[in-house]
Amino acid sequence: MTTYYPALNELFVFLNTTITQISRYTSRIPGSSILLKYVKNSHQDDPYRSLLELLLACFVVWYLFAKKYRTDNFIELTRQEVEELVDEWQPEPLVTSLSEKQRWELEKTPVIVGPPGHKPKMSNGDTVINLASFDFLGLSNNELIKEKAIKTLREYGVGACGPPGFYGTMDVHTEFERNISKFLGTEESILYSQGFSTISSAIPSFCKRGDIIIVQKGIQISRSIVKWFNHNDMNDLERILKEIRAEDIETGRQLTRRFIVTEGIFQNFGDIAPLPELIELKKKYKYRIILDESLSVGTLGQRGAGLTDYFNIKTSDVDMIVGSMCHALCSSGGFCSGSHEITDYQRISGPAYCFSAALPAPLAVSASESLAFLSQNTHLLVNLQENSRAFRNMFKDMNNYVRLDGAADSPVLHLRLNKQVLDFSEGNDDDNDNINSNRLYNYHGRRHNNNLSETSDDSDKADRVLQEIVDKAMNNGVLLTRAKYVRDQEHFGIEPSIRICISASFTKKEVENIAITLKNVITNVLRSKTREIPSATSTAYTNGTK
Amino acid sequence: MGKGDLAKESPQQYYLTPESFAENLGAETKLKSTNNFSNHEPLSRKPKQYESRIEKEPPYYFLFTTYLSYLVLICFGHLRDFFGMRFKKANYKHLREQNGYAPLNSDFDNFYVRRLKLRINDCFSRPVTGVPGRQIKLLDRETKDYCKTFQLTGQIKECLNLSSYNYLGFAQSEGACADAVENTIRKYGIAPCSPRAEVGTLDIHQKAESLVARFIGKPSAIIVSMGYATNSTTLPALVSKGSLIISDEHNHSSLVFGSRLSGAFIRVFKHNDMEALEALLKECISQGQPRTHRPWKKILVVVEGLYSMEGTICNLPKIVELKRKYKFYLYLDEAHSIGALGSRGRGVCDYFGVDPNDIDILMGTFTKSFGAAGGYIAANQDIIDHLRLQCHAPIYAESITPLVAQQIYSSMKIIMGEDGTNEGQERLGQLAFNARYLNLNLERLGFITYGDNNSPVIPLLLFNPAKIPAFSRECLKRNIAVVVVGYPATPVISSRARFCVSAAHTKQDLDYFLKACDEIGDILQLKLSQQPSRFTIEQVLRDGEKSM
Repeated sequence: MTTYYPALNELFVFLNTTITQISRYTSRIPGSSILLKYVKNSHQDDPYRSLLELLLACFVVWYLFAKKYRTDNFIELTRQEVEELVDEWQPEPLVTSLSEKQRWELEKTPVIVGPPGHKPKMSNGDTVINLASFDFLGLSNNELIKEKAIKTLREYGVGACGPPGFYGTMDVHTEFERNISKFLGTEESILYSQGFSTISSAIPSFCKRGDIIIVQKGIQISRSIVKWFNHNDMNDLERILKEIRAEDIETGRQLTRRFIVTEGIFQNFGDIAPLPELIELKKKYKYRIILDESLSVGTLGQRGAGLTDYFNIKTSDVDMIVGSMCHALCSSGGFCSGSHEITDYQRISGPAYCFSAALPAPLAVSASESLAFLSQNTHLLVNLQENSRAFRNMFKDMNNYVRLDGAADSPVLHLRLNKQVLDFSEGNDDDNDNINSNRLYNYHGRRHNNNLSETSDDSDKADRVLQEIVDKAMNNGVLLTRAKYVRDQEHFGIEPSIRICISASFTKKEVENIAITLKNVITNVLRSKTREIPSATSTAYTNGTK
Repeated sequence: MGKGDLAKESPQQYYLTPESFAENLGAETKLKSTNNFSNHEPLSRKPKQYESRIEKEPPYYFLFTTYLSYLVLICFGHLRDFFGMRFKKANYKHLREQNGYAPLNSDFDNFYVRRLKLRINDCFSRPVTGVPGRQIKLLDRETKDYCKTFQLTGQIKECLNLSSYNYLGFAQSEGACADAVENTIRKYGIAPCSPRAEVGTLDIHQKAESLVARFIGKPSAIIVSMGYATNSTTLPALVSKGSLIISDEHNHSSLVFGSRLSGAFIRVFKHNDMEALEALLKECISQGQPRTHRPWKKILVVVEGLYSMEGTICNLPKIVELKRKYKFYLYLDEAHSIGALGSRGRGVCDYFGVDPNDIDILMGTFTKSFGAAGGYIAANQDIIDHLRLQCHAPIYAESITPLVAQQIYSSMKIIMGEDGTNEGQERLGQLAFNARYLNLNLERLGFITYGDNNSPVIPLLLFNPAKIPAFSRECLKRNIAVVVVGYPATPVISSRARFCVSAAHTKQDLDYFLKACDEIGDILQLKLSQQPSRFTIEQVLRDGEKSM
């Protein structure tokens, strides 16, 4: 038969040789004989199984090479459609043009000409007394510290030119870390190059998915569960802690890291966190506590070592102390203090530590010097407290107009308008409301509530009245500032205020004069706003003008 | 410039090692080190073309051994953990639940640090003192417990510095900049202790900002006290939910952090791959937002000018071309490129001859070329005004200290040639020469390097994990400080050493370094490039300057 079809014969020969070739090559692959034997045997036992296996193998090959399908409801479009869509698409402008309020806000930002500090000169030529900067101890123009900074400049230059991991760790940095640990009484500290970024780097380095954070203040980056408790309200905190414990038992979930985050002196309120109660709760419910002492280090306690010093609590009870050198220590940068484990871990996983250049050496040294200066001059702390108390006392008779938020010992005070005053200035005599009501601002409440527009209108008005006070005060030689926020990104509407920072460098007489001037200014401004003044305030006014 | 580094007395508690670096270089360089801006021909003002470079592959043998090494390391690590957790419980206490507290970091997260990084901890965070200029003074340290803890020996080792981002050599404790900074400290004190928006705005900030705007070629600029925070707070102020961020895969951590914080949707494209970017743009614009298919509010493409781990320069001309077609906004991070690239030192725009006005947002830092600290955003007036009110940094963060602002101002004036000298151009010329010289000659010796030939950042590929510490230690033996990085900062396979050249380096410095590299390369088998023609070190030292 083959003789009749030579072409077919050739084909058979070709097939035969290729098969033997292939089998020869495959036999060289280690392990191929086992596979071959397996295929042969299974074919002998059960030919259908071999067929099934072949089909399976084909399916795998097909699957591997098949076009990838998408699960994200992708719509297949033709090239022309895509091009049309690309042409049609118009983006929104990158930024919206400034509103009238925003423009006003920008214009009102004060500019200091020459040295900042106790008595700065403003761009309008006036020399004023500074009640706005966080220079609580009056160190910004300290000659001793300046000399040390210059000496460091002459040895180290300015920039560190590298992140701490790559030759950016200088001896002056480790020296500050040692100094601050010794000062606070903690095991170890880690130095960051900006105060603001410290907490936003320290928290996410520990809080991973599934961990629980309980806070009074914003945290956005970590993927943890965040719960909020009412400001300084320990009962509310305990309620949340109980809720979570109940949830734990119900769901039987794994133990995760838990943190309570709080500030020492609250930047937005000036009050002091009740640390002893917090520690008690933390121990009872097994949470770690992160304490932001940006404003309390260098201002509170007998040595100025912050909240733990103030309440006489062992620093080892607080798991993490975060602080900043740009306030009382009058330099720049921040630190996180705690156990060796806490700091060591941040050196690898704190984003703002690993990926940012180290703090310039002169700034690290001046922070160290400020600490040393404070340790030798603890009378500054006494001055500071006396000044704060004296100032607060002077304002007692202003209760009808304004109130001063903040704890008695805190050098940070928030001057807020009474709601009644605002209503008056609007020409609205709705005096049924309680004078000290915070209801409208809802700053204790959960996220923005539904009457947002009303709230922002109101804070707008308060802002303008407060700014008028700031402006008039400036004309009378006192530098003030409203507390500034990025309002639409704050989680809670915060009632507008003027933040007053008392300094240890003021003399008693100065404090008295400042308070009198301020009271005058406030009464003047508010009197022009309100047609009718409640009786008590007239005495306040005469008091002020004496 | 570097001068005085040697002459200056070190702090009292330390003393110099007998074999200080200068002696290695010989007497001739010692003299030269006082004035090391040699006279190379002036930089050509002609804009450069984008050169695409193919990433060179090592022989497969090295890829295979790299994976094998990691496998061995990981297996051995787990083995040690297995026995350690049973027989040395005290050492693992911190990874366990302790009286009701969850461990701070989990066993799994911690594995890499505990079992891989710990072994080579001596190559990281080496403490230094003094100016990080042409040379850097390392505080010598030793370990008695296999890199868990270190003790300073009290000795100082003076090394050639190829690690600091001191591109233009402004890390100085003497000279015009330092003098100006000293005066500023005397006049202004240390810090204003307040954010910009409250009472932290000083005249010196405004002066520096207007100079920065002029230098960059934008109408306005804002200065922030930390480079990292500049990125991580600006991005959230520009885009939010409903917007799209398209980001290069090698973007810096601060850009990633800022993007995540913003709440915008994030897509990533392959490093510097313009076709991938265009395809992604087409897809994103035509598909709209995920699920709802609504059109994006804004699209922000975020790229870097010079990538600090890759040494690559972004293909800016092509991106600007795409921008015209696809109408996205462009955010260009010039952290490493500002001052370091371009004939006038004004970054990638200058380098490619692209008009800065074609880019919406130009960001950069002062840590690198200017020897200062902090970062800037330069953009149109309305954007800067918006940022002053909406960006967290000027509202909440401390304003930059006067002494740092002065360093920025003075160094920038020098670069711009407005100080009345030619020093800026000399620095730029020296840096451009140094960068190209080292890039080309490392390649000629047969090393695999990444990045552009004009980049002052040069990554040299090491591959095998054991070569990471070996390279660093060998360099240290020869008094050279280099940065080495491995997984997870780089992909598993491409561990690398990174060199940053500076205008402070002389040609002799680089020749000394090339010689050392050649030796180390032979010892560690690092010359893996598969190119046919290679130079010997003698040829490089003789002809290295030719055909650049």
